This record gives sequence, structure tokens and C-alpha cells, in this order.
Amino acid sequence: MTRLRSWFLAPSWAVMLSLFLAPLLVIVVYSFLTRGAYGGIIVAWTTESYRRLADPLYLTILGRSFWIAALATVFSLILGFPLALFISRSASRKNLYLSLVILPFWTSFLVRTYAWMFLLRDTGLINTLLERIGIIRDPLPLLYNNGAVVLGLVYSYLPFMVLPLYAALERLDPNLLEAAADLGARPLTALFRVVVPLCGPGIRAGLVLVFIPCLGAYLTPDLLGGGKSVMVGNLIQNQFTNARDWPFGSAASLVLMALVMLLLLASVRRDAKGLL
Amino acid sequence: MTQQAVLELRKVSKHFPTHRAVNELSFLLERGEFFALLGPSGCGKTTTLRLIAGFEEPTTGQILLNGADIAHLRPYERNVSTVFQNYALFPHLTVQGNIEFGLRRGGQNHIAKRVRDVLELVQLDGMESRYPAQLSGGERQRVAVARSLVVAPEVLLLDEPLSALDPNLRKQVRAEMKALQRRVGTTFLFVTHDQEEALSMPDRIAVMNGGVIEQVGTPEEIYLHPRTRFVASFLGAVNWIGGAGVRPEATRIARNAPENVPHRAARVMQSNFLGNRFHIEAALETGERVTSEISRLDQAFAAGETVYVWWRAEDELRFQ
Repeated sequence: MTRLRSWFLAPSWAVMLSLFLAPLLVIVVYSFLTRGAYGGIIVAWTTESYRRLADPLYLTILGRSFWIAALATVFSLILGFPLALFISRSASRKNLYLSLVILPFWTSFLVRTYAWMFLLRDTGLINTLLERIGIIRDPLPLLYNNGAVVLGLVYSYLPFMVLPLYAALERLDPNLLEAAADLGARPLTALFRVVVPLCGPGIRAGLVLVFIPCLGAYLTPDLLGGGKSVMVGNLIQNQFTNARDWPFGSAASLVLMALVMLLLLASVRRDAKGLL
Repeated sequence: MTQQAVLELRKVSKHFPTHRAVNELSFLLERGEFFALLGPSGCGKTTTLRLIAGFEEPTTGQILLNGADIAHLRPYERNVSTVFQNYALFPHLTVQGNIEFGLRRGGQNHIAKRVRDVLELVQLDGMESRYPAQLSGGERQRVAVARSLVVAPEVLLLDEPLSALDPNLRKQVRAEMKALQRRVGTTFLFVTHDQEEALSMPDRIAVMNGGVIEQVGTPEEIYLHPRTRFVASFLGAVNWIGGAGVRPEATRIARNAPENVPHRAARVMQSNFLGNRFHIEAALETGERVTSEISRLDQAFAAGETVYVWWRAEDELRFQ
């Protein structure tokens, strides 16, 4: 039995070792080497890349990434919670609504982000419509700013918030809500004193699942931010392409990863402590 | 009598898309009484309780609490409180937190005192900081009762509160519940399908069937003088002999034919020993089966024996 189990696990091990752990080790090694003139690396050990990360320019980018990711996560929660609550309450149409939530995944992420560009740009659908109706004379600056990036991120990662919230709300005993109302709690009181605390693990799962990909996003800030709101993902991507500074890109990736790990750890700790 | 009524249902109906759960139901509860709604599953008793609590809205009819119609108020607007079948304790709150939930007004000291008092009442002092998951079934049930009692409801609604307990505990909890009700004097409306619970605890019972009440009365009245065949057979066992109904304990049995009393010959099919008593199953010549309940101290009968069965005229159940 034990032998059989190790055989079944072998492919997973092979994939994890060769495609995940090995590249990660390469990145770790690169981050301590010197950049080559045309990309690549020169084997000369240094911690220069890490020291450069402390530059205010990069700290600003990291700070902005956290800020934008946090905003996108909070908006996802504000939009996702009522949606998840609604789906968990709709008796017979649950599966339909859940499919609708997942539906955007059926098309390419890139295509969907371009679609947002068509909607938001100066000659896009929204501005054209508003001009036709006569509400505005000059197009609103909807694209190429932090707002557009947050919007794009919320749009992209909302399902990752809705699904764990839905799972948590679905498990909630409806009698508990009746008991709360029975004891004099108005709906909003019941929401904050019963539903939210009992959905704690689901809420934290949603926050983590949205915040982490938002923090590392590069396509959305690239296309919707238009280079004006650079996030750490763009910084890293740039080091491996235009800037040809692989060691610095590696160091930035590892620092980002370390920060994400710390956040995850804090979230897991919180879950382990809870009674539920 | 009407002035005494704390709760009155007037022709209350609840129609769901697929069925009529409750049909023109009317009854009233006097202040301070222990009232049971008894019936088989699907008879509408739980729906009735939910209508009173406000979790369902009646299709037609009035629900009067102290004379005011509450039929269309939200659950948090009515001064009744429910003990749920699964207790519905908040798992993220301690015993103290659960009991405080309904107490939002009054100072900290006042709330703390009421929590202490009610915990003493249900004999859970010292359990304040436990979580529901750390309590036994019986303790959870008492927390649920305390949580509802502490808000001083006009009527305490109990939805099969003993069904989740193990059978040995149930008997004890029945006595405790009855004593508790006497002590606090709150009006209890208790829903059950268990005939022993319905007979042993309440002051009055309403037997429900198919969304209507078949009979209301004291446990004794209903057991001894059931108005319908349904009531007779739902509350206690009945022997049907030539169209007449007789309770097993009133069905006498002997080896020798009694004098001056109408009797029937029968053959013993089976003798079931139940510890303190026997159930003797016999077949009449007409083929009808009867059960006679006799004391362990009475004469024993064996299968195959020829016996005679009879009953006193006043023990025959009469239906309307």
C-alpha cells in the first residue's frame, strides 16, 4: 500500500522538483550574481541586487503595488460578499449563477483585458456614449491610471473572492440567522455578529486568493496602467527583457515571494487559532 | 378567558406552492401555561411555530400577541423566542456570548447579572466561558433555553427540543423542563411528535393532523376521551374490536369467561415480556387482533392458549 502510494505520487514529485524547485534554485543563485552586458549573468558573487532594491524608486513601486493590490482586494470583498450571499440564498439557480461567475475564465485573460481598453479609452464605448448623450464634452481619462488598474484587477480576480465566500456561506446553518433575528438582531446586526465571524476562514481565503495575484500582476498594470502606474510585476518583467538585469529581477522576485509567504503564514496561523 | 390569552391564532393558514401546511388554524394560549402541539411529521406543527416566530408569513389569518396582530411583523420585532431543534447556538460565541446576544440594552453590570441568574436557573453556573462545541447535548439544550428565556419572551417556542438528546437523558430533561416552566412562569409552546413528551409535560395539548387541530385538551382528557380515531391512535395504542376502540390496558384477559359481562373468546398468539408488564397479543374469532397490557404480577399466558377478553363499558372510546 505504502509503495503503491509513493508510485502514484512520483509524477507530482517529478513535476514539482523539475518545474518548480529547480527554477526557483536557479533564481536564488542568479540573484547573487552579476549582470551580463547583454542579459544573462556573469559568475561573480555579490549582494548588490538586494541592496539596490532599497532604492526609494523601487520601494515606491513596491509600496504602490501593495496599495493597488489592497484596494483591489477590498473592492473585491465589498462586491463579492453580497454576490456570494445572494448565490448561496438562491435555492434552485445556484449552479447557474456559479457558472456565470466562472464564465469569464472561458476566454483569454489577455483578450478580456484588451476588451476593457476598448471600453475605457478616450474613443472607447463609455466616453463615446457619454459624449453622444451630451453629458460630457471632452473624454474622461478612464484609461492609463491607477483607477483603471484597480478596476481591471477587481474584474479579473472577483471570482477568486466569490467562490471561497460562497463555500463558507453555503455551510452556514440558516437556523443561526433565524436565531439571531429571533433574539432581536436586525439583518445588518446579524450580518456583522453572526455571518461575518462565522465566514472568517472563507473571507481570509478570498483575501489571500485575490491579494497575492494582484500583488504580482503585470499584464493589467501594463495594459490598463499604460506604464504610468508600474507595479512590481512590471518591474520584474522589465529586468528580464528591456533592462537585461537578470540578477536584479531575480532578487526582486524573491523578495516579493518572501513577502507573500509571510502574509500566507499569518493567514494560516489565524485559521489554525480559530475554533472553526 | 380571552383576557388571559397571551397568544391567539385566528384562522391562520399557510399555503406553500405545493401544499397547504396549515389550514384555518385557531387556538389560544393562556398566560403561564405549558402548551404542546402534537402531531406526526408533516402535520403543520413546525410551520405553526415558525409562523408565530415570524420565520414564515401566514397566507391569511391573524396571530395576536397580547391582543395585537403580529402576523406580519419581522422576527426581531416580536417578543417571542425560539428554542430550535438543533439549538442553533452560535458556535463562535461562548455560553456567555450566546446568552448575551439578545441582551443589548441595559448596562454591563445589569447584563452580567441577568446572564448569571439565567445560568443558575438552568444549572449551568461556571460554564460561561465554554464554547458550544465543548458542551454535551444536554448542556447545549439548556444553553439554548437560557438564551431564549433571558430576553423575557411573552411566549417561549420550543421546536422538538428533546429529539436531539439520547433517550436515557430525555426522561430526566422532561421533568427538569416542566419544573423550569413552573418556576419561571413563562408561557411555553412546545412542538413534538413524541406522545410520551406530550403526555408528561404540558398542561394542555393540541393534536394536529393535516394542517388542522383535531382536538385540544388536557393530556388526560385527550387520552381518555379522544374525539377522533386519529387522536385515539396517535396518542396511545388502541384495539379496534367490532368498530369500538379500547386501550390495551383496559382490555382485560382471563382463562375463564367472566360472568355477567359481554366477552369474546380469543387465542393467544404471542406474549411479550416488557419488564414491568406483559403485552399479550391475541386473535379473536373474527380475525381481529387485540393487545392486552397486564402487570408482570398478573397471571402469565402462553401462545396457543384459549382465553376470553372483555372491557368495561366506560372504557370504550367514543368518537364524534
